[in-house]
Amino acid sequence: MKKVLMKGNEAIGEAAIRAGCLNYFAYPITPQSEVAEYLSKRMPEVGGVFLQGESEVAVGYMIFGAAACGARVMTTSSSPGISLMSEAISYISGAECPAVFVNIMRGGPGLGGILPSQADYLQATKGGGHGDYRLLVMAPASVQEAVEMVMQAFPLAEKYRNPVMILGDGLIGQMMEPVAFPDQLRTEPSNKDAWATNGMDTRKSGKRNLVKSLYLDPTVLNNQNLKLKAKYDQMKREEIRFENYNIDVPYEALLVSYGTMSRVCKTAIDNLKTEGLEIGLVRPKTLFPFPEVAIREASRKPSCRVVLSIEMSMGQMLEDVERSVQGGKPVEWYGKCGGEVPTPEEVMDEIRLFLQRYGKE
Amino acid sequence: MGKTFQKPEALSDMPTHYCPGCTHGVIHRLIAEVIDEMNIRGKMVGIAPVGCAVLAYNYFTFDFQEAAHGRAPAMATGIKRVRPDLMVFTYQGDGDLASIGMGEIVHAANRGEKFTTIFVNNAVYGMTGGQMAPTTMPNQRTTTSPMGRNVAEVGMPIKVAELLASLQTPAYITRQTVIKPKYIVKAKKAIRKAFEYQLAGKCYSFVEVVSTCPTNWGLTPLEAVNWAENTMLPYYELGDKKVPD
Repeated sequence: MKKVLMKGNEAIGEAAIRAGCLNYFAYPITPQSEVAEYLSKRMPEVGGVFLQGESEVAVGYMIFGAAACGARVMTTSSSPGISLMSEAISYISGAECPAVFVNIMRGGPGLGGILPSQADYLQATKGGGHGDYRLLVMAPASVQEAVEMVMQAFPLAEKYRNPVMILGDGLIGQMMEPVAFPDQLRTEPSNKDAWATNGMDTRKSGKRNLVKSLYLDPTVLNNQNLKLKAKYDQMKREEIRFENYNIDVPYEALLVSYGTMSRVCKTAIDNLKTEGLEIGLVRPKTLFPFPEVAIREASRKPSCRVVLSIEMSMGQMLEDVERSVQGGKPVEWYGKCGGEVPTPEEVMDEIRLFLQRYGKE
Repeated sequence: MGKTFQKPEALSDMPTHYCPGCTHGVIHRLIAEVIDEMNIRGKMVGIAPVGCAVLAYNYFTFDFQEAAHGRAPAMATGIKRVRPDLMVFTYQGDGDLASIGMGEIVHAANRGEKFTTIFVNNAVYGMTGGQMAPTTMPNQRTTTSPMGRNVAEVGMPIKVAELLASLQTPAYITRQTVIKPKYIVKAKKAIRKAFEYQLAGKCYSFVEVVSTCPTNWGLTPLEAVNWAENTMLPYYELGDKKVPD
């Protein structure tokens, strides 16, 4: 496969097209506006739909309307924009429609800043919108992986009839890296006639389809939520993805880190190795479902004295890491959330600090 | 001799949940009749609002989506952009469309989206229990304007048809009513015209229908009809506000 040098945001746009997503609605927001700029040119070239909505709120429902018709659709945004779309994400989840949301995170809360952050972890994995729902959340650590995850996201959204979120950060969106695009996928959900409002004329059954999330009967609504829960449980069985790094050695600390932050952690691990200190890393590629078992097992290594959640947020993933470790080892946090990416040296200092606290150095 | 009057195919057998004297049923029937006459049921997608008509999908026999409060025009935009061959209409009340969803309706109309909106204006929030709407008449008492709508504090009722007609983008914008038989034939013609413009891919089409809410107005159905005619119609003037070239 030929590699090309591309900016992350543009590669995400191209990946959507390669995945057969020819329907894109968006509203500009830094640091991901290049996706819309790129697709405003590319979508017409491939006969696709590009529309800049009047707000993120409206865009969320443009996605809903199109997804309910069985079309393959995507939007991209950044933190404050995702907050505005969260209402629609709840409705789309409730109505069980497939759609892909890309969140290129910036610092918050509020307007925050425009530089990279991972501070929407809880919003992405625990809700954001109202009600009992979950998104399948994938976290790329490179432009290449962003491309691959975007392309995987559409069939996953369609498999589960559920929104999938690609949770990147401003660095993934803004940096340029060599990238190769996998082959194209099919263009539309295969099972849509059973549920999509694509016009009765197009269906053999002759039955009308209804896309809704209103269940006034409490028993029926409870059953609907149980059905959704079963779906999220299936995700937990079938979709957990993660990467292990340097865990075949007797490491003294285990890092859990994702996305851009995990790359810094890998550099820190490599540097410490040359100093004779072994540190392991589990990198979740899916944040929901979360690789609990992998982290728990890695934490149980006898040589491991402390587990560190290293994030560009104020301990949001820490809660999931603690939950995974289940008290077997001490769990600590280090992170920054102003838009600055911690340097390898800062991470190394923190690792040394915690190792000292927990009995060595 | 064949039947001279029967239930349209586009209408279901579901018993109504609407209050006695409410005109939603009449409007539903007109839409269904037009869909039957135009033979477009198989490519129709309706979008229900939040409000009394949230259950509108129970009364029709074609594809339906349910929107969040005010967002039906954005959903319709999404549908028409990815499936221009489908026929799409949003069915929205005045709380839904003129208040929380004002942004969506203005921008969809201004983009010239090729769908149809049926806008049911009964000057009050119905489903939530009769609160003041942007369309509530001056001095009209509601549960949140117990002394009557004070226009010095909250402004005059919004004339949505006129507001949308002020946009420069070509569109079919009309205001009708179904409160008395003499108006109903005209309202049906307007709905038909709106769907015909959409079918031809010509423009956005918008039919405001001045309606009643006896329950929340605290009037009998007959009093409600007369109140609408005497109080609303002088302000919400009937007729076409904008017609495409």
